[in-house]
Amino acid sequence: MRFDIILHSLGYLLRAAAVTVALSLAGIALGFVIGALVCAARRSGDRFLRRLGGFYVSFFRGVPLLVQLLFIYYFLAEYGLDVPAVVAAIGGLGLASGAYQAEILRGALNATPAGQAEAATALGFAPFDIWRRILLPQALRIAAPPLINEFILLLKASSLVSVVGIAELTRVSMNIASMTYRPFEAYLAGGMIYLAINLCLAAFGAFAERRLAAGGST
Amino acid sequence: MSFAVLLHYLPSLIAGFGVTVLCWSAGSILGLAIGFAVALLNRLPAPPLRWLLRAYVEILRGTPFLVQLFLLYAGGPYIGLRLSATAAGILGLGLYSSAYFAEIFRAGFAAVPQGQIEAAMSVGMTPGDILWRVTLPIALASTVPAIVNMLVILSKETVVLSIITVPELMYQMQTMAAETFTAFDAIFAMAIFYWLLVEAVSRVGRRLEIKLTAFMAREASA
Repeated sequence: MRFDIILHSLGYLLRAAAVTVALSLAGIALGFVIGALVCAARRSGDRFLRRLGGFYVSFFRGVPLLVQLLFIYYFLAEYGLDVPAVVAAIGGLGLASGAYQAEILRGALNATPAGQAEAATALGFAPFDIWRRILLPQALRIAAPPLINEFILLLKASSLVSVVGIAELTRVSMNIASMTYRPFEAYLAGGMIYLAINLCLAAFGAFAERRLAAGGST
Repeated sequence: MSFAVLLHYLPSLIAGFGVTVLCWSAGSILGLAIGFAVALLNRLPAPPLRWLLRAYVEILRGTPFLVQLFLLYAGGPYIGLRLSATAAGILGLGLYSSAYFAEIFRAGFAAVPQGQIEAAMSVGMTPGDILWRVTLPIALASTVPAIVNMLVILSKETVVLSIITVPELMYQMQTMAAETFTAFDAIFAMAIFYWLLVEAVSRVGRRLEIKLTAFMAREASA
């Protein structure tokens, strides 16, 4: 094994890791917005909207992410839309993550006792205030650990974006592997960087969980 | 996409689906076996072994499946591991899923009430008998939903094998798309196909789950 190769290209790998983190952050943020909308649709009184939300979750959780990513690329090409690859990649990650986050949020809202909203209604809170002051703070506390978990999953899933040519961590590992003819060292280094990021995220998740739990008891 | 084109490529698509099913089933069985072994070894009172197993699980769960596949298929020959694409795909799927299965089994073992084991000891069962007749049945029954869920996830992960040129369905479909310039139709068909497949597998899984855990419900109500 030749670890001097890794050391030599560590700068590229770290820059690529930053791209991976940025892609995942953008994907999770877009996914949260989509997830909140889909969750609202699934909880709405309108039957059509509920069906639509259910269909969204079923489709985006049922189709492999690689197929979704390629679908977006070919769809854009078919209709002549010239969108930068990065935008398409973030869109793909966000659409897929939205389905999972919708379910996380739905579960968290279901776990919030109905009596809370009823009590707020009885006290004369406006519907928006009930959301902002009663439901969301409690739901987000429940949803935080699974959301961090979803972020870790998305960070790993973002490796698939390499297939469509974005210079994130996996793609740069591939490039280093083919430039140096040392694929073992290159992928090992790439994998270890993913692992380091994910362990940090998991540690942050555990910390956040403790803090939120402490807040809940007071 | 014309019907004639599809008909022409039908044999290779069917063959591709066969490889998909092969990789999925063989990878899952391998993952279940390794995962079960890891969970069992984890119960031994040997801290260094436990740390090693913990590292195994964390490394496999903390790195992307695609990177693991590249390491195995492209990096393998550099450490003397020469595998065909399909073999690397099955081994990769097995190793990747084994970490998740190990966690599922670990949770299953943790869910066995201590009182059951104490009761078995007090009626004089041997440690082997307790494991085989008390711990395992209870632990395994409680893991069925999580295992079914993981199998569904793995059925989707097989698509990633196309990147290391395993000739499964996605790979065959992309070959067809490249040769006939029907990329959009092909990928659209793939999305619908996998969606239906995953829905069907989930449904069958839920049925199986109800059947396999029926005795638990009976016990709970009795």
